[in-house]
Amino acid sequence: MHWEIVIGLEVHAQLSTQSKIFSGASTAYGAPPNTQACVIDLALPGVLPVLNKGAVERAIKFGLSVGAKINSPSIFARKNYFYPDLPKGYQISQYELPVVQGGNIRIPADGVEKNIRLTRAHLEEDAGKSLHEDFHGMSGIDLNRAGTPLLEIVSEPDMRSSAEAVTYAKTLHALVRWIGICDGNMQEGSFRCDANVSVRPRGTEKLGTRCEIKNLNSFRFLEKAIDYEARRQIEILEDGGVIRQETRLYDANKDETRTMRTKEDANDYRYFPDPDLLPLEISASWIDQVRSALPELPQVRRDRYMSEFALSAYDASVLTSSRETADYFESTIRQLPAQEKLCANWIMGEISGQLNKEGLEISACPITPSQLAMLLERISDGTISGKAAKTVFESMWNGELEKNVDAIIAVKGLKQISDDSAIEKLVDQVLAANAQQVADYRNGKEKAFNSLVGQIMKATHGKANPAQVNIILKKKLEE
Amino acid sequence: MFNASLKQLSIQLAEKKFSSAELTTQFLQRIKQLNPEYNAFITVNEEISLAQAKAADKMIATGQAGPLTGIPIAQKDIFCAKGWLTTCGSRMLSNFVSPYDAGVIERFNQAGAINIGKTNMDEFAMGSSNETSYYGMVKNPWDIAAVPGGSSGGAACAVAARLAPAATGTDTGGSIRQPAALCGISGIKPTYGLVSRYGMIAFASSLDQGGPMAKSAEDLALLLNVMTGFDPRDSTSLQRDAEDYTQDLQKPLAGLRIGLPKEYFAEGMSRDVANAIEKALIEYRKLGAQTVEVSLPNTPLSIPVYYVLAPAEASSNLSRFDGVRYGYRASSYSDLADMYRKTRAQGFGAEVKRRILIGTYVLSHGYYDAYYIKAQKLRRLIAQDFTEAYKQCDIIMGPTTPTVAFNLGEKSGDPIQMYLSDIYTSAANLAGMPAMSIPIGFGDKNRPIGLHIMGNYFKEAQMLNIAHQYQLVTDWHLKSPV
Repeated sequence: MHWEIVIGLEVHAQLSTQSKIFSGASTAYGAPPNTQACVIDLALPGVLPVLNKGAVERAIKFGLSVGAKINSPSIFARKNYFYPDLPKGYQISQYELPVVQGGNIRIPADGVEKNIRLTRAHLEEDAGKSLHEDFHGMSGIDLNRAGTPLLEIVSEPDMRSSAEAVTYAKTLHALVRWIGICDGNMQEGSFRCDANVSVRPRGTEKLGTRCEIKNLNSFRFLEKAIDYEARRQIEILEDGGVIRQETRLYDANKDETRTMRTKEDANDYRYFPDPDLLPLEISASWIDQVRSALPELPQVRRDRYMSEFALSAYDASVLTSSRETADYFESTIRQLPAQEKLCANWIMGEISGQLNKEGLEISACPITPSQLAMLLERISDGTISGKAAKTVFESMWNGELEKNVDAIIAVKGLKQISDDSAIEKLVDQVLAANAQQVADYRNGKEKAFNSLVGQIMKATHGKANPAQVNIILKKKLEE
Repeated sequence: MFNASLKQLSIQLAEKKFSSAELTTQFLQRIKQLNPEYNAFITVNEEISLAQAKAADKMIATGQAGPLTGIPIAQKDIFCAKGWLTTCGSRMLSNFVSPYDAGVIERFNQAGAINIGKTNMDEFAMGSSNETSYYGMVKNPWDIAAVPGGSSGGAACAVAARLAPAATGTDTGGSIRQPAALCGISGIKPTYGLVSRYGMIAFASSLDQGGPMAKSAEDLALLLNVMTGFDPRDSTSLQRDAEDYTQDLQKPLAGLRIGLPKEYFAEGMSRDVANAIEKALIEYRKLGAQTVEVSLPNTPLSIPVYYVLAPAEASSNLSRFDGVRYGYRASSYSDLADMYRKTRAQGFGAEVKRRILIGTYVLSHGYYDAYYIKAQKLRRLIAQDFTEAYKQCDIIMGPTTPTVAFNLGEKSGDPIQMYLSDIYTSAANLAGMPAMSIPIGFGDKNRPIGLHIMGNYFKEAQMLNIAHQYQLVTDWHLKSPV
């Protein structure tokens, strides 16, 4: 039987506010345990939550970026359960009436675009951390993270492969960073995914029983966990078994998922509206204000790059993977109009390769967009070849000659031979010395042409303008 | 000195008849002498109280005194006060010294008032007789065989027995008004949102409201001036212009329309209480008021609605008492679940556990709609009853409690009978409206009777005026058991 994998994701994005969602304590990462937990985070008797407006504003930003409905009022609810790192014995979250309802995210899938529907996105507080090592049979509790604002973004089960799920997660990751609501740092847990995975016979409508895999904090783990889980479910079904609805954990070391809790022992969270917080009213004018401050969205830029610059969907999506990359691209083309494809290739190729190699963000790139534009201009005006440009690029990256493109070309002698009469003379010499290949070509052996070009380039140490060589050689051979 | 009004005390302090330190010492001595019998206070801290008194004397000397500067106030042990043991009447918090001040405590501190001690109360404010306190029952100073009422029983006892000039209480279903009535003092629960709940240990967040308890309406007005005001740390706190609750005290009552809900006077009220209410109404008619019959048809629902919503919120509010970070923790346990189980089994008393169980049940999957949601809808109907009634009258009067104080132990074995003590009071909490109780005489066994005065939202000044005018022509509020 052919199986179809059905995936929905729940992503917890930590919102980039300075203080916590219901208290004034700092959200900075990495402080010594319990130094960023105030009386409210500690849930002392009598303390009360006060909603952080910045967290709401970020949720509105997100909602507007995905074309969702902003609910007003929306309601905060208590999710009740006992755990040592949950100080109040309940988490303040949203249940009925989340702040963001619906919305869509488009992702590239097999060369076309696919729409992933969002169910909702709601505000909630993070829990603290239990530390089970170093305490000799006891557990430590660090409440620094308790009360950190999260936006839980829930998708519909619209993805059909682990690759699609990863693309969706990456697109979402890029979006939340783009609009500046989340730093996206996955190592620090600022962007965490839960995957709901089920399988069904291809061509059927009814969803299979799903399992939820919790806390996947890298795209690679997300992909591997889904692949493993889908395989596991298919094997069970093919052996005539049934899938049990449950929550599972992914073990990266063993590359497998295993049961965390089954539906039977799931908590009854006893959700009810939090009487300490009034319904959250969001005025139309606040929404308008947030909308007018939104940057041009990645999806809009992607569409523009494709329609205006005729870039492929792939190129457009790579260039819009982060706002910094897209801004770099746009600064470059502003100085070198009509060469968008050349700019795109270099940014996705040399620049991105070199940044990866050195582990740098594009914001720390040693070559500025205008320096890159000057280099690329020398390719497009025929001064240097693409190959020579790579040599110049390396020199610039290393800071030689104050990254002056023309100086580097001059000092390294990389200027192309673009003088027609000089190239003609060279072609004549090579043709005279290679009578056999000339004859071969004229007898229909196309390959002989490339060999002749090679001879010419060799004679000029690669400096002859290859386009001119091609034209002149062809003309001479057909005389 | 012990029978003086707040205004008299303030004048005497200003005139240097005595210092705040002397006044405070007098009350501390009286507490030392009488508290062993009444058990009205859980904690007294002479050192802090006297330090505050000395600071108050400086304020008085330098002309910075306000109306409450230098005056001792008893604080219900539900308010967190920095450096004070704050138990909420529970073993669960029997070792909790608060590192911070509640909004209400801050306001009294800023006003230069003296915290004279923390008063006894039903555990987590759950009770109508003060018998559920981990720190033992409080006696009614009028008759030590009787309950003082609850949950602010220690506060009511302290004021009645003149162990403090005034006290704070909190009221979730009648916890200020019922003990005020049973102890023969005055008490007011303001409109929900007027008094900050920050630092006031939550029982049922949507119903809890702090308020003053004192000898007279005039004292209540002065206390309310200090206690009310916007607190940005409480999201349910109301942002309104400051109001002077003493401003209307002297207004005549001519033309006042007093609504008498026919449901309150139908059945259930004992003879002695009914007689006292009738006499009080005669006084009001003499003062120029007229009475009109009104109807609060959903009144019978207020107890069942209250006992769904309050336990629901409480079951969640009390989850933080888990033995992990502070408070009581069982001394031996096998694992985490066992630690939770034993800590909460040993740390909470029977009534608290009963309400946590009720609350957990009504919020559970499959029961939520039938109980919690339904109760919320009925809550709105109960509030609408009042809104309708206030179209025909300015104020509503009735008994605060159906009977005078019952005997200690009389109802503690029967929770339903105990819950019915709040039959007249809980509707005001459900509606979020202000309500107060003032003493109007004595009934069976010479135990006090209270008149319940209920008003529309923000009508506190008018209610205090109505109470004050009665107190100008009667002297029930001046009677003291000791």
